[in-house]
Amino acid sequence: MKLVVNGQPHEVDAPADMPLLWVLRDIVGLTGTKFGCGMAQCGACTVHLDGQPIRSCVTPASAVAGKAITTIEGLSKDGTHPVQRAWQEADVVQCGYCQSGQIMAAAALLAVKPAPSDADIDAAMTGNLCRCGTYQRIRTAVHRAAELTKESSHVA
Amino acid sequence: MWRDPVDLSTAVQTTVAPSAPGEATAVAATRVNADLQRRAFLKSGAAAAAGLVIAFFVPVAMRKALAEETPAAAPKPPVSPNAFIRIAPDSSVTVLLKHSEMGQGIWTSIPMVIAEELGCDWSKIQVEHAPAGADYAHTAFGIQMTGGSTSTWESFDQLRTARAMAREMLLAAGASKLGAKAADCRVEQGFVVAGTKKVSFGEVAAAAAKLPAPANVKLKDAKDWTVIGKPTRRLDSKAKTTGKAEFGIDVKRPNQAVALVARAPVFGGRLKKVDATKAKAVAGVIDVVEVPSGVAVLAKHFWAAKQGRDALVLEWDAGAGAAISTPALREEYKKLAATPGAVAKTAGDVDAALKGTPNVIEADYEVPFLAHAPMEPLNCTVEFAKDGSCDIWTGTQFQGVDQMVAAKILGLKPEQVRIHTTFLGGGFGRRANPASDFIAEAVEVAKASKRTVKVVWTREDDIHGGYYRPMWLSRFRAAIGEQGKPVAWSHTIVGQSIIAGTPFASAMIKDGIDATSVEGAADSPYLATIPAHRVDLHSPTSPITVLWWRSVGHSHTAFAVESFLDELAHAARQDPLEYRRALLPADSRERRALDLAASKFGWGQPLPQGHAAGVAVHQSFGSYVAQIAEVSIEDNKVRVHRVVCAIDCGPVVNPLTVEAQMQSGIVYGLSAALHGELTVKDGKVEQSNFHDYPALRLAEAPKMEVHIVPSTDKMGGCGEPGTPPIAPAVGNAVFALTGKRLRQLPLRLA
Repeated sequence: MKLVVNGQPHEVDAPADMPLLWVLRDIVGLTGTKFGCGMAQCGACTVHLDGQPIRSCVTPASAVAGKAITTIEGLSKDGTHPVQRAWQEADVVQCGYCQSGQIMAAAALLAVKPAPSDADIDAAMTGNLCRCGTYQRIRTAVHRAAELTKESSHVA
Repeated sequence: MWRDPVDLSTAVQTTVAPSAPGEATAVAATRVNADLQRRAFLKSGAAAAAGLVIAFFVPVAMRKALAEETPAAAPKPPVSPNAFIRIAPDSSVTVLLKHSEMGQGIWTSIPMVIAEELGCDWSKIQVEHAPAGADYAHTAFGIQMTGGSTSTWESFDQLRTARAMAREMLLAAGASKLGAKAADCRVEQGFVVAGTKKVSFGEVAAAAAKLPAPANVKLKDAKDWTVIGKPTRRLDSKAKTTGKAEFGIDVKRPNQAVALVARAPVFGGRLKKVDATKAKAVAGVIDVVEVPSGVAVLAKHFWAAKQGRDALVLEWDAGAGAAISTPALREEYKKLAATPGAVAKTAGDVDAALKGTPNVIEADYEVPFLAHAPMEPLNCTVEFAKDGSCDIWTGTQFQGVDQMVAAKILGLKPEQVRIHTTFLGGGFGRRANPASDFIAEAVEVAKASKRTVKVVWTREDDIHGGYYRPMWLSRFRAAIGEQGKPVAWSHTIVGQSIIAGTPFASAMIKDGIDATSVEGAADSPYLATIPAHRVDLHSPTSPITVLWWRSVGHSHTAFAVESFLDELAHAARQDPLEYRRALLPADSRERRALDLAASKFGWGQPLPQGHAAGVAVHQSFGSYVAQIAEVSIEDNKVRVHRVVCAIDCGPVVNPLTVEAQMQSGIVYGLSAALHGELTVKDGKVEQSNFHDYPALRLAEAPKMEVHIVPSTDKMGGCGEPGTPPIAPAVGNAVFALTGKRLRQLPLRLA
C-alpha cells in the first residue's frame, strides 16, 4: 500500500489490518509516535490524518492509504511549531514519552480553535494520558502556543 | 592501570590510563572510594591527549551483598577509565550522567551542579547516559541505580568536588598558558581569565589532564552560587518535543527481531504444553522459543509478533497462585492484624494504656495492589557481539543489578555486558527490579533464539505482569487524653515485604522488619509525643510479585497515619491543622512545611459552597511535604479542585524541577487515590489496560500551587515525596465535607 507521511510517499508491504502506528514505527522507521495502550485509551500514538487527530494504534494502515498523515517528525522542520516552542518555554516535558501525542493533540486543537478556553483544552486534551502528571504545564503551554500562533500570524 | 586507593587528605596519585580506541579524549580520572565511615580516598589517573575526565567510585555494603548473591558478578576493580565529564577541544562539556533520566529532571539538575563548580558555558553542555560500570555506583547504595529520590543529594558533594578539582586543574593549565599566576586567574563561562587575557577550557583541557588532581579543593560557598538554585529549563526538552528522544522501545539494531512473550496467566503458573504451529504460520513470524518465563514469538515487527503470540495454543499449570483472590486475601490480612506482629517501634505499655481509658478509637485502613503503568511499556533489546559479549539497550533504573543478572544468565563477566541506557518513558520504581525481570527475560530470549531481539511488552502484559505496590492493611487502636492529645497508639501493619527474597534482604530486613514496610509509620514524628505506642508488622508471603512503587512504604503509611490522625483530631473536636501543629515541635521541618501550606492556602478562610479542605503532612526521602486539598462531590465522585503544596527539601538545585516533581507526585498520587486498584480472582489480575485501570486525566487535574520552604537544612529528594500526602489530604477533605471517613483507596463514596 502507498502511504503519504509528512509529505513523503512510502510504498509499504504490510498486512491490511496492521495498525498505522506499527507501520510508522517498525516499517517507515518514524519512532516519534508512541505505543502506550493499543486500544485508543492513552493518546500516545496521536497523529494527524488530513489535519484531524487520530489514534494510530487502532487505525488500520490500509484505511488511510493515500491520505496525508502528519507525525511529530513532520509537525515542523526544526522543532519550532508554536506548540513545540510553547512546550519548551513552559518546560512541560518530564519523561517525555507521551509528549508527541500531547503536542499533536494540541496542534490539532489550535488549528480549529486558535484561542481555546480552559474547557476547550480540557475537552481536547483529556484523552491524552500523562503518568508524569505534566497536565498543569500542558494547560499553560496550550494557552502560550495560542499566543505564539497569533504573534507569528501578525508578523506574517 | 589503576593504583590502589590512597587517602584523599594526604596524597594524590597520577597514573596513565589506557586511552579508548578512536577517542581523542584524554582522561584524568579521580576516583573516590568512601567506606561506611565516609572516609574519603582518592586516586587519579591522566593520559595525554585532548580532554579531561573525572570519575568517582564508592562501593559500600550493598554491593558486597549483591555480589555474594550472584557469584558470577563479584566486584572487580574497573579496568577502563569511566568518567563524569568530557571537555572537548571545542570547549563543549559532555556530562556522563550516572543516573537514569525518567522524567525527574536529573538530566538538567546534575549538569547544573557541575556547571556551578566548573564555571563552564551552560550553552555548551551536552548530556549522555553513562555506561554501566562500577565507577557510577550510587554513593549510598553501592550499585549503579536511580531510585529512592536520592540522585541529587547522593551525588551533590561528590560531583561538586569532582568539578572543583577539574576547575583547579584547568585554572592551573590556563594560568601556565597565559603566563600568569594561578592566583591571579579566574574561570568564567568556559574560559580561564587573567586580566584582559583569556584561554578557553578546550585549549587547555589536554594540558590540564596531565596535571595531578588537587588534594584539597574549596567548594563554592552557597552564597556565591550562580547556577544552583536558579530556575533552569530542561536540557532534554527539544529532543522530547520533536520525537527525537530515543526510548528503549525505539531502539533498532541491524537484523533485529521483535518478540512478545506469552507469560503464565496465573501468578506462579508454569508452562505445560505449547503448540506453535499456527503462530509460526503467521506472516512475518521468524521463530518461537521457550524461555523460563513462557513462550517468545519472534517476528519482523511488533504486529506480526503479537499476531503470532495470539495464535499460540498454550496449556499452563496454574500452581499455587490459582488459590488467590483479593477478597479472601483481605480477610486473611484482617485475621493477621488481630495477632501480635514483629515490633518495629514501641514505648510504654500500650495495651495497659488502651485498657485504662474509655476513649479508644479503632480503624482499619486498606490500600490495593497497584501497577506502576509507566507510559512506555517495558522493553529490552539484546545483541551479542562476535566475541560472545553482550550489548543491552533499555530504559532501566538498575544498571548495577541488571548487568550482574544478565552476566550470570550468559556465563559472562559483568564487564562483558554493556548496558546502554536510553531515556525511560517513566519508571516510578518498575524499572528498578532486583530480579531484573524484563532484562533477564530479554536476555533469555536472545540466548534461546541466538538473535538480536527487542522484547516488547503490551500494556496488558504490564498490568498483568506483577511487581505491584503491595496490598496493605493498617489497623489502629488509639486513645486520646484530656486535652484530646493521643496517649496510646497501636498500629499494626499487614502486607507483603518488597525486600524479602531479594539480594537487599540482608541489609534491609532486621529482626523480621522490612524497613520499607513500616517507613512513615515507625518513624512518624507524632510517636515522640505519645507516651505509649507500638508499631508492629506482619509480612505474609504470596506468589504475587511486589515491588517499590513511587514512595514505596510511604504510599500506604502516609494515607493510614495522616487519615487516622485526622480522625483523632475530629474525635478531640479540634481543627485538624492546629491538632497537627500542637503535636509537632515548633522548629520541626514538618511544621515549617505545614505553616507555609496553610498560609498560602488560606486555611480557615471560607470556601465556595459545597467545597471543603483537608490537610496532610509527611516526611519521606528526606523531604517534608504538606498538602492541602480543596474538594467537592460531583456525581457522587470526589472532585479535587486545588492543591496547595509546600516542601522543605533543603537547598534547591532547580526550583523548576522541584515544582514539576511536586505536581507530578500529586497527579501520580491522585491516580491512586481516586482510581487505582488491581483485584485478583483465582490468581489472575482482573484489570488489563487504561480502560479498567484508569489514571488521572487532564480534565480531572486540580490547580496545583507549589511553594518551597527556604531551607539550609539537609538536602532531601523530590521524585517521590510529593506523592504520599495527597491521598490523606483528599480523604480528610472528603470527611470535612461529608462526615464520611473513607478508609480504603481508591476513595469511593458508595
